[in-house]
Amino acid sequence: MTARTLYDKLWDAHVIRSEDDGTALLYIDRQLVHEVTSPQAFEGLRMANRQPWRREAMLAVPDHNVPTLGSRADGIEGIADLVSREQVSTLDNNCAEFKIVEFKMNDIRQGIVHVIGPEEGFTLPGMTIVCGDSHTSTHGAFGALAFGIGTSEVEHVMASQSLMQKKAKNMLVRVNGHVGAGVTAKDIVLAIIGKIGTAGGTGYTIEFAGEAIEDLSVEGRMTVCNMAIEGGARAGIIAVDEKTIEYVKGRPFAPKGEMFDKAAAAWLDLHSDAGAHFDCVVELSAAEIAPQVSWGTSPEMVVPVAAKVPNPETEGDAVKANGMRKALAYMGLEAGQAIDSIAIDKVFIGSCTNSRIEDMRAAAAVIKGRKKADSVMLAMVVPGSGLVKQQAEAEGLDKVFLEAGFEWREPGCSMCLAMNADRLEPGERCASTSNRNFEGRQGQGGRTHLVSPAMAAAAAIAGHFVDVRNF
Amino acid sequence: MQAFTQHTGIVAPLDRPNVDTDAIIPKQYLKSIHRTGFGSNAFDDWRYLTPGEPGMDHAKRAKNPEFVLNQAPFDRASILLARENFGCGSSREHAVWALDQFGFRAVIAPSFADIFFNNSFKSGMLPIVLSAEIVDKIFKAIEVSPGLELTIDLEHKTIRGLGDEVIEFNVDDFRRYCLLNGLDDIGLTLRHADEIKAYEARRKVDAPWLF
Ligand code: SF4
Repeated sequence: MTARTLYDKLWDAHVIRSEDDGTALLYIDRQLVHEVTSPQAFEGLRMANRQPWRREAMLAVPDHNVPTLGSRADGIEGIADLVSREQVSTLDNNCAEFKIVEFKMNDIRQGIVHVIGPEEGFTLPGMTIVCGDSHTSTHGAFGALAFGIGTSEVEHVMASQSLMQKKAKNMLVRVNGHVGAGVTAKDIVLAIIGKIGTAGGTGYTIEFAGEAIEDLSVEGRMTVCNMAIEGGARAGIIAVDEKTIEYVKGRPFAPKGEMFDKAAAAWLDLHSDAGAHFDCVVELSAAEIAPQVSWGTSPEMVVPVAAKVPNPETEGDAVKANGMRKALAYMGLEAGQAIDSIAIDKVFIGSCTNSRIEDMRAAAAVIKGRKKADSVMLAMVVPGSGLVKQQAEAEGLDKVFLEAGFEWREPGCSMCLAMNADRLEPGERCASTSNRNFEGRQGQGGRTHLVSPAMAAAAAIAGHFVDVRNF
Repeated sequence: MQAFTQHTGIVAPLDRPNVDTDAIIPKQYLKSIHRTGFGSNAFDDWRYLTPGEPGMDHAKRAKNPEFVLNQAPFDRASILLARENFGCGSSREHAVWALDQFGFRAVIAPSFADIFFNNSFKSGMLPIVLSAEIVDKIFKAIEVSPGLELTIDLEHKTIRGLGDEVIEFNVDDFRRYCLLNGLDDIGLTLRHADEIKAYEARRKVDAPWLF
């Protein structure tokens, strides 16, 4: 048999049928559902008088609109914004009507859709997983083919458990060697995006490999795959190893006993074969990766913390230079300014990129015994799920944050996209552990710098960016 | 879905790379549970001078005269021209709905983000990939004659209107077939329901833990 990549294997295992032009009908094992991209899909089902094909293949949760202040015990009554409340109650009603399992707002298991899937063992190796959300790529960390889809496709999967897809090309991003202390999964993926560009992975599925990726915990791998989409790739994947299997074992939706052993044996084949063909290979040296800070309005506009804001006048490509000028104007920065001289107004630690327990621990370790700078008006920590929050509190991390002057909030997407009440005001500058620094992403006129949790925590203490390795 | 066969319209030049879906339709409008009503909020942050919220009377908001879609004749454009990686970022199909409801039937760019590209077809909006050189040529042609109209012919996969040039473009046969006929994907797929069931039966044997 010819050598296949991990992506080839996942693809082949899910093709139901193919058209002459290569368009395939792909079977979908799991669909995660949230309140923002599902109402029109449910409405479509209703209008066509259709039922979900396999309702137990779906798991729903409200995350984008939920408030992070106040008590969850109030349920949706706790959402002050009535438009947001209607969207969450629409999800509740749709899940009740179509009999889909939902972790409601006041369920301890509620959280960001990409945090709870793996946490519950709903995400398993070898699966195809979709969600009406581009960061579905996160689940690729388990050797699963996971990608974001639009609302029409959400409806399509609900109705048929399948999707019409064209196969993407194979890209291998190999991070050779080991990262130094203080350099995290977030820095690795930002460095990758800085190298390949935000469109570098367009049309590809990226497999992340190399010692630095193998070294990562499963949570770190999720951070890397999460941002595959920021590199243009719809899906990012990482081969299964013992760490993956250990992580999945015992989770509520994971197989048990003998079935688990059988599954685990099959999962160990989820890696690219030696000699498998990749259409594109990109290599990075882990030792050269420093903590990263984005300076512009696209995730590819990123540099090491010791660097300076780049100069558009020295950029050869006219379209790029133009984009850089617009970004500098929006961000209120000057070319040549040292990154560690940039003062910040707010800090956000959270999002599906960095809101898991290890992220909480990493941030807490930096701030322990220190205080937030007075010039930083708000530093908020938003755990990825109710269970992450519970675990963090059991470890006393909430106290570390509170004593340092940080706010400790309820779980959700929060200021990653500012659909709830958490947002930047025009001109405010934020060190954020989220994944997108687009114009207005965290609030109209807001300025986002993407960093790791440790870097965000250090910035909150210093009041400006600092190299966490010397902090 | 509305069919797409041939379309002639004014081309609006949006001279930016990496136009993301957050810019095409800002998040506050995603709170809607409906599929319509997004047209007046396409490019909201760029189009208006004041911040927008759902439920406002957007006709009364001050428009940004610098923004291309607020300038005649581009306010009547039905074809959008942009630079590479158009539609990157969030998967929100609302971005396609907003462009469609603004009045666009096609977007031309050197490259598109994959999810946006896929989503476009679902609303009968055609994303067309042309080389960076040709895209640049169209930008320049619009500078010389704003109001330039192009005719897109999906059947023959051609674009006319740029001098005597006939520009050819590519689109997957299956997608073209669906778009030309305005076919609903779900209906098409469910014709293969037996094959889906047969697949499930096989998988239940090979990988029972998936069920
Ligand atoms: S945390 Fe941010 S990126 Fe992740 S799903 Fe929520 S809004 Fe999207």
